[in-house]
Amino acid sequence: MSSVQNIQEGRSRPSFPFGFLRRATPGAGSPAILALLMTPGIIIVAAFFLIPLALVAMRVADGPDGWATYFVILTNGRYFASLVQTLLMSAGVTLTALILCGVCGLFLVRNRFAGRNMLMALLTLPLSFPGTVVGFMVIMLAGRQGVIGSVTDALFDEKLVFAYEISGLFIGYLYFSIPRVILAVMASAEKLDPQLEEAARSLGAPTWRVIKDVILPGLMPGLVSSGAICFATAMGAFGTAFTLATDIDVLPMVIYTEFTRNANVAVAAALSIALGAMTWAVLFAVRCFVGSSADTAARGGA
Amino acid sequence: MRRDWKFYSQLGLTVLLCLFIVIPVGMSALAGVTVNVFKGLSSGLTLRWIIEVWDLYASSIMLSLWIALVCLAVTLVAGVPLAYVLVRRPGRLTRLFEELLTLPVAIPGLALALALLITYGGVSGYRSSWLFILTGHVLFTLPFMVRSVAAVMSAMDMKMLEEGAASLGAGFWRRFFTVIVPNAKPGILAGALMVVTLSIGEFNLTWMLHTPLTKTLPVGLADAYASMRLEIGSAYTLIFFILIMPLLIAMQALADRGKRASKRIDTAEDTL
Repeated sequence: MSSVQNIQEGRSRPSFPFGFLRRATPGAGSPAILALLMTPGIIIVAAFFLIPLALVAMRVADGPDGWATYFVILTNGRYFASLVQTLLMSAGVTLTALILCGVCGLFLVRNRFAGRNMLMALLTLPLSFPGTVVGFMVIMLAGRQGVIGSVTDALFDEKLVFAYEISGLFIGYLYFSIPRVILAVMASAEKLDPQLEEAARSLGAPTWRVIKDVILPGLMPGLVSSGAICFATAMGAFGTAFTLATDIDVLPMVIYTEFTRNANVAVAAALSIALGAMTWAVLFAVRCFVGSSADTAARGGA
Repeated sequence: MRRDWKFYSQLGLTVLLCLFIVIPVGMSALAGVTVNVFKGLSSGLTLRWIIEVWDLYASSIMLSLWIALVCLAVTLVAGVPLAYVLVRRPGRLTRLFEELLTLPVAIPGLALALALLITYGGVSGYRSSWLFILTGHVLFTLPFMVRSVAAVMSAMDMKMLEEGAASLGAGFWRRFFTVIVPNAKPGILAGALMVVTLSIGEFNLTWMLHTPLTKTLPVGLADAYASMRLEIGSAYTLIFFILIMPLLIAMQALADRGKRASKRIDTAEDTL
């Protein structure tokens, strides 16, 4: 690496608006070359994303109610109930993950002790587990042969098994979210200025005020962007639910059942579009709130 | 620093969270080499299940590795030039394209797979080949490659580098391959590791796109969890862990190196 580049690395990305009106940047290739460079990407996005998306949007009209099928998620009781359940669970997972990881992430950044690096490495272990593996981990924890079952069996003579229902799914998404949120919390906690806290304390602020007015605002961007990823994953993921049980009534499972068992393509398409639009809207809103690459930073598919 | 009850209660919570993550991993790894899970470790250790998994699913595992490599090649060819244009010519159009490009990450894989099935499901030769799965993987992983490369490219002073090279008489392609690409190497490497890891583990799309003849590793996993004994599922998971671990460690090492490099810059700037 050249020293020039090293020094420049700290710079942030240039801001975008109206760049095309600016004079062409000297040194970059000619417009023809730039277009050529973009061609493979444009072909991939157009042929395998835009066209299929348009076709799906049109397929919805083949449904029982024509274009009204778009609103089936609101008008049909079963789909609506599933939407509410999915939303509530996703919000619950997000909140739980944020609180747990907020406390532990801050703790790991603030304190130095033996075994700290190992704790950090272990907490980020499931970062690239696919949803199916996460599901299997839940079965290992709370399934029929799981740890929780054996412990409760030994203690209370009653086997606690909850892997194959919505609470199992909750555990699974929490499992998936923890590494992502903890990394985000630690990244923003490292940027916090301890002197601000000292100042607040020396002015007599009680601990809860310090947390509310100094620590939380500093952590906010990391919490919001990683929280959005938790939420989006819990909304759209499919592998974990599929591994645990096929009759958990979350939206992705409903779509899957409509498509494969009932061959109800139009309804499946309408529900997919609704789900996709909601997930995208959440991520987009968050990106507007905290700026730039929030969504790809720590995502992978559960 | 004085350590009071606050320190220990937070430490306790962190350790609990850690156990929550680690216990199932350890249990499943152990179950994969135990003769009989229901009897426990006293039944002895064996490699039988691992061998059985290999006999049953070797082709799925190989297909996954193959798809991951081809996916990497495609995302490199399409993604690196794309990142260059997005960074070098920022504007409303490129911004819009970037948004479009990242959409497949935001939209649930299930919906994306449905769209691909509706559009290309009828093209029999394509639908039944591994290329169909590759399509899904490329869509899903391309944004990660582009973001990773673009992040490094926008941090270096490309204009100065390129003007320097141009003033020495280097044409565009010469500059691109001998100046831009080598300087963006950390981003390309990080993106490549990400793409391979994501592709090997991708399930949401793949489950919908696969056929009985084109099963990938995670599809085989789901199959093993659903229909095989617990030991086989565990052994298969163990194989997956072993496959994915080097990739994770490499990613971690790369991230650490980047962090150290940026710390060096901080101190360099302080002394300036």
